[in-house]
Amino acid sequence: MAKSLTQEFVKGLWNEVPPFRLVLGLCPTLAVTKAVENGIGMGVATTFVLVFSNMLVSSLRNVIPSKVRIACYIVIVATFVTIAELFMKAYSYPMYKKLGIFTPLIVVNCIILGRAEAFASKNGIFRSMLDGLGYGIGFTFSLIALAAVRELLGTGHLTFWEKPIQILGPAFQSFSFMVEAPGAFMALGLMLCLMNLVGKK
Amino acid sequence: MREIIKMIVVLSVLSLVSGGLLAAINNQTKEQAQLQLIKYVKGPALRKIFQNASNDPITSRFEIKEDKTSRDVFVGVLDGQPRGIAFETFGKGGYGGYVGLMVAVDVKDDKLIGVAVTSHSETPGMGARAETDTNFTGQFKGLPVKDEPFKVRQDGGTIDALSGATLTSRAVCLATTEAAEIYEKIKPEVEKKLKEFKK
Repeated sequence: MAKSLTQEFVKGLWNEVPPFRLVLGLCPTLAVTKAVENGIGMGVATTFVLVFSNMLVSSLRNVIPSKVRIACYIVIVATFVTIAELFMKAYSYPMYKKLGIFTPLIVVNCIILGRAEAFASKNGIFRSMLDGLGYGIGFTFSLIALAAVRELLGTGHLTFWEKPIQILGPAFQSFSFMVEAPGAFMALGLMLCLMNLVGKK
Repeated sequence: MREIIKMIVVLSVLSLVSGGLLAAINNQTKEQAQLQLIKYVKGPALRKIFQNASNDPITSRFEIKEDKTSRDVFVGVLDGQPRGIAFETFGKGGYGGYVGLMVAVDVKDDKLIGVAVTSHSETPGMGARAETDTNFTGQFKGLPVKDEPFKVRQDGGTIDALSGATLTSRAVCLATTEAAEIYEKIKPEVEKKLKEFKK
């Protein structure tokens, strides 16, 4: 039953990768994946919050009374989200502007509260940290994958650190709807379909 | 009973610690955040206004104390003299809330050097044109500061509003009017600082 430490870390990368396997945390997944850059920013911020909130929840799991546990988790998560937001504002203002309202919305990301409730509140600090790290990295890569598909088809180039790199030739007619909201749903649907095809044995 | 007390204590302590932590971090990063704001929001607007300035207006700035707050004032060197000053005001009543405006005034003859929108949440393609349309913002150039409030033509003023974006244009006028009032108030102090600036 008990998993090894490596398994705790790896499960978030593929078997339980948040947006595609668990279909959790879709709000940021759909909203910020217009450009690869935004996906990376959101992924890193979420990973930061996930790792630290998991560690804190796990270290306080014997102190927090079960009746008010959700309220406590929210306070912890919100604190780390605000820390992430303040740092973004101070050190990478363009990213802060691009993610906009979706940075504070990390608080209500189901993955974070879900991991706090389902894992960190029952496991040790180190395990919780690995779990958070695995899920965070899995989430980041999912966002990057989805954003890459959308940006490539929608604009023909990929953006890294404000520098667009032209991938598809000038003859490519971009489907600009891919970077709009409907494109997000379609790309996500196709991605889920692909994941299910690959996972099926 | 003990359970309830424990709940209250745990939640209060948790909130207290997190509040304190956030306040500390906010204090630590405040200065850096201000610099980023100057670099990415005020900077582009300043460059638009002070196109002919021989210095970098972003780095030559000083603070003016005003009641309890302090205001960043940027200096532009024109024709070899530090005669242009610029600062930011906010005009309310835009379609999407406040419209931030950088207003530059020539200290020598009390005339506007120019205005440029810094931050806004107006509709793209409508009110948002205030940021890019130089025909609109150019109307303020050279207008005397001491005159009556700036108004769009519909309100009996002289400024042609952006078509389809009267509210935004009004907000820009309000911000300019406010800037004129502030300018009158801070002018003596500004002149003092500018003399030091000359060295």
